[in-house]
Amino acid sequence: MDELQTFVKMLAEKHGNRRESLLPMLQALAERYRHVSGEAMAEVARELDLSTAEVYGTATFYSFLDTTRRGKYIIRICKTIVCDMHGKNQIVKTLEEQLKIKVGETTHNHKFSLLETNCLGWCHKGPAMLINDEVYSDLTPEKICQIIADYRNR
Amino acid sequence: MDSTASDTANEPVRPHPDQRLRRVDLIFSQYTRERYKVLKTVLERDSDDIISELIDSGLKGRGGAGFLTGMKWKTARETAGDEKYIICNADEGEPGTFKDREILTRVPRKVFAAMGVCGRVVGSKTGIVYLRGEYRYLVPELEKEIRVFKVYAEEYGLDFDIRIFLGSGAYVCGEETALIESLEGKRGEPRNKPPYPTSVGFRDKPTVVNNVETFVSALEVLRMGAAEFKKLGIQDSRGSKLFSVSGDTPQSGIYDLEFGLSLAKFVEEFGDGDTKAVQVGGASGFCVPRKKFHETTIGYQGGLTGISLPTGGSMMLFNSSRSMFNVLHNYLEFFAEESCGQCTPCRVGCQQLLKGIEAIKRGEKSADHLTTLLRLSDTMRLTAKCGLGQSVANSFASIVENFREEMIY
Amino acid sequence: MSNRKNANVKLNIDGVDLAVPPGTSILDAAKQASIRIPTLCHHEDLCVAGNCRICVVEVAGWRNLAPSCATPVMEGMKVLTSSPKVRVARKDLIALLVSEHNTQCTTCYRSTNCELQTLSAEYNVDNTDFLSVLKPGIEVDRSSWSVEKDDSKCIRCQRCVRTCAELQHVNALDVAFKGKDMKISTFMGLPLSDVVCVNCGQCIIHCPTGALTERRYYDRIWEAIGDPDTHVVINTAPSVRVALGEMLGFPVGTRVTGKMVAALKRIGFDSVLDTDFTADVTIIEEGSELLQRLKRALVSKEKVALPMITSCSPGWVKFIEHMYPGHLDHLSTCKSPQQMFGALVKTYYAEKRGIDPAKIVSVAAMPCAAKKFEANRPEMQDSGHQDVDAGLTTREIGHMIRQSGINFADLPDCAYDSWMGESSGAAVIFGATGGVMEAALRTVYELVTGRDVPFKNLAITPVRGLVGIKEASVKIEGTLPEYAFLEGIELRVAIAHGLKNARVIMEQVAAGDSPYHFIEIMACPGGCIGGGGQPIPTTDEIRRKRMAAIYAEDEGMPVRKSHKVPEVAKLYEDFLKEPLGAKSHHLLHTTYRKRHRF
Repeated sequence: MDELQTFVKMLAEKHGNRRESLLPMLQALAERYRHVSGEAMAEVARELDLSTAEVYGTATFYSFLDTTRRGKYIIRICKTIVCDMHGKNQIVKTLEEQLKIKVGETTHNHKFSLLETNCLGWCHKGPAMLINDEVYSDLTPEKICQIIADYRNR
Repeated sequence: MDSTASDTANEPVRPHPDQRLRRVDLIFSQYTRERYKVLKTVLERDSDDIISELIDSGLKGRGGAGFLTGMKWKTARETAGDEKYIICNADEGEPGTFKDREILTRVPRKVFAAMGVCGRVVGSKTGIVYLRGEYRYLVPELEKEIRVFKVYAEEYGLDFDIRIFLGSGAYVCGEETALIESLEGKRGEPRNKPPYPTSVGFRDKPTVVNNVETFVSALEVLRMGAAEFKKLGIQDSRGSKLFSVSGDTPQSGIYDLEFGLSLAKFVEEFGDGDTKAVQVGGASGFCVPRKKFHETTIGYQGGLTGISLPTGGSMMLFNSSRSMFNVLHNYLEFFAEESCGQCTPCRVGCQQLLKGIEAIKRGEKSADHLTTLLRLSDTMRLTAKCGLGQSVANSFASIVENFREEMIY
Repeated sequence: MSNRKNANVKLNIDGVDLAVPPGTSILDAAKQASIRIPTLCHHEDLCVAGNCRICVVEVAGWRNLAPSCATPVMEGMKVLTSSPKVRVARKDLIALLVSEHNTQCTTCYRSTNCELQTLSAEYNVDNTDFLSVLKPGIEVDRSSWSVEKDDSKCIRCQRCVRTCAELQHVNALDVAFKGKDMKISTFMGLPLSDVVCVNCGQCIIHCPTGALTERRYYDRIWEAIGDPDTHVVINTAPSVRVALGEMLGFPVGTRVTGKMVAALKRIGFDSVLDTDFTADVTIIEEGSELLQRLKRALVSKEKVALPMITSCSPGWVKFIEHMYPGHLDHLSTCKSPQQMFGALVKTYYAEKRGIDPAKIVSVAAMPCAAKKFEANRPEMQDSGHQDVDAGLTTREIGHMIRQSGINFADLPDCAYDSWMGESSGAAVIFGATGGVMEAALRTVYELVTGRDVPFKNLAITPVRGLVGIKEASVKIEGTLPEYAFLEGIELRVAIAHGLKNARVIMEQVAAGDSPYHFIEIMACPGGCIGGGGQPIPTTDEIRRKRMAAIYAEDEGMPVRKSHKVPEVAKLYEDFLKEPLGAKSHHLLHTTYRKRHRF
């Protein structure tokens, strides 16, 4: 049994072999492998006795369950109205310059992915972004440079 | 976001007599040093009595639909079921809304206590907090508090477990039946209603789904009594409400304000002196232009001069430097992405509205096309399966009607 | 209380007072008042989805319009199904679907048989209101031998998804992504040929538009017909003759056997033969195989895979290969009648007629989409050539006849050619669920006892009808000496149609507690008469009518038992020598392969 199979089996044991476990399992896979691969979905389908199409259909519904491989740090910038009004585009531009990638892309070393997302619930302190689970608000280009430098050294 | 709200009175909503903005401190108040004291007191009461008190208070859901909370609990209590579920809807995704996050950060115990009370009243042993994935960083603290809750619950003889279920980035899961589908491991697609979750919910069992703030408000009603609670607010809109204030304002943040406030007063206090419009209720809500500030009162839908509060209390202010076309464009992009896609009016309608205003702006379609799009938005309101698709018309019509020139030129 | 619960609900639809049982949808209630509310995502075979919203109606006092398919009636309800409010909304909804649709109807295979086209015409949607939101660059998936998927024509009603899940338990298709990107997709968007699709084609006959169609091969056949050096043979399956009429203006349930043969000859097929001939051969081979398995189990006490399960339905065969690869030994090794036919046409028939098999193009007219895949299985070349060159659906045959300009209704009846044109009533009932079982019992019982199967007029009624899983048992008494080992045995059989029901049967087999000796399984609900290659629409009412036609055809046949057909007897005498003999094994039996489910 390869590492993936073992991991999926462990997840199924932890959450139970029921359809209800699908989301927690996919979330765990996305976190560990930085995306939910076809192989991973097939393994999950096998464990939960679902069809692969059902697993794929469910995974693609949720924007946080990426099916393409992302970097170690996934940056999600809020693009909803208030953050947009408060300079989100400038933040995106700075990030693109810093990371040398466009929105939707991942750096070659698989360290960073740059994505846009809908309202993060930090409108009063926009622009805001998530790096993995961490929130960064009141963003300015200067702040971005610092944050990225910080993550580069992690 | 849901649209099950039904109001008995058809009289116009009158603003609060003195037209003041009354700040209150209910939701975040730390009135006791003794943890879970309110839970203890409430658990000593009779369940029917609790429900009567809630109904009497006129408390309505704080998430969006505005259904009478007491009635929801009552139906779930009266529906037979070997198992029942209490779900806290913490999938706060409405643009401009961030109060549930604040509640869960500052007073999670109030949420858990209320869920416990609801469990006792309804006859459920299982509570689930459906937390949006964007708020995952809250999990460790929430779990810590759940452990504390468990200790007290046990001490008070309450057999009730609470667990957290994480969403994964899907706005529509804030709709209660979509949320239930998601909990069941499926795509978060709203169900056909009836039946409602109170009779056929999670795992097809009777289920109460309440917003985070609703739970806390319910606890406040039970703590202070319906009579006291009703002193706040106006007719159909009792009590106070958390407002998430953002946009062009020097005072962004969360405010606990009494219902019945005049929008003019609100702008006076929160605006930057140049406010041209306020979006009430987030992207699913209504845009009120400056000329209507005076005639607009914030509360549940009650009449012409009133304005519904279709979502969780988002107040976004826009000053005259903002293009309302850009605002609407942003909303429509949001809906076109976040629609679940299952029903025709919402899936295709959102795309048509978006492409339509783009085409008008570029001059590829004449201004008359706005009339077609308004009719379409009305069709969406009439025919969409859930509140998401139905309420796109709110922002669309209110922005297009009030800022027609900005759409064209 | 219970009285009140069961009392009919009174309501008014478009001014008509009605009383219907509680729980009835507004849509069904309206039907009772002869009011048709248009639908798209609704299909009586499937659960209610309430997705397309076309069926919205106005209910007095309600703020929003109600989807009539998903809204149960309520006491005192006043419903308007075509008020101005409803009409405006409905027209908008149709226009929205059109705006998302590839509207090149002139080049669409489903043109004039498309529910969206019909509705759009009915509401005179001129499509100038809305911009096209059709996604650019959609490629048609033609990877499968059987099913073609064109997302540009999909209206996302999810009928295919529900069909694949509810009726067939295959789940090859599901809804993926959300919002504007929502679409119907296979796992990872893989080509249909690479996923668990069993090619049954049920998605095709449930699709309201041209998004899912069968792969068409008739152009190749037209070409072969036009080539004087090629001998083009067609064999027609039992269910085609009771459904083809629907494509050509006849009422559902009309038998058009003679006209069909005449039309195919006019079109230019060099020989029009009957798949029923090899259906009879199948019964002899499969019946013998069953008796042999029973003998090995009961006499030699060998470990033999029982129950034995039929293998005529290629959708079912692929299903078991994917879903129960560990239980393939339960399948009869017999090829389907189509494949037996193909193997014999290029050997026996070629020999009899003195034709070079390399010059023969063998065509099968089938009610089926999976037959196309089956014809192209690499195992199916036992004649030394590809046994069957093309499988055409009933619909394709209908199109060919239309294209030919023949006035079908005026054609005189014509008989099948020979050799391999003669058959029994037992063969024709292969087309209905339970038919193979009934045919087999007629023959097996007689082989074993020397007497007719003990049912009036040979009609074994317990195996007939649309019940999902049917069971029957026949007590075997008064056996002939060589079958003494079966004396007193209660032969237990089961019939399942629709793969949902096949799964129930297979779960028993997998658990080792299947109580049966012999099982018939057909992939499609109703059996072949409801096949994925049959005219659209197909509903239970239509299935029943086609079925009735099949049994009427049986009753009208001079020979009703497979082993009594003279041409079949001749085949064994001149060519095969004996059932399960060496030649049979080479030409008429096959092997299966394990496939992946994930």
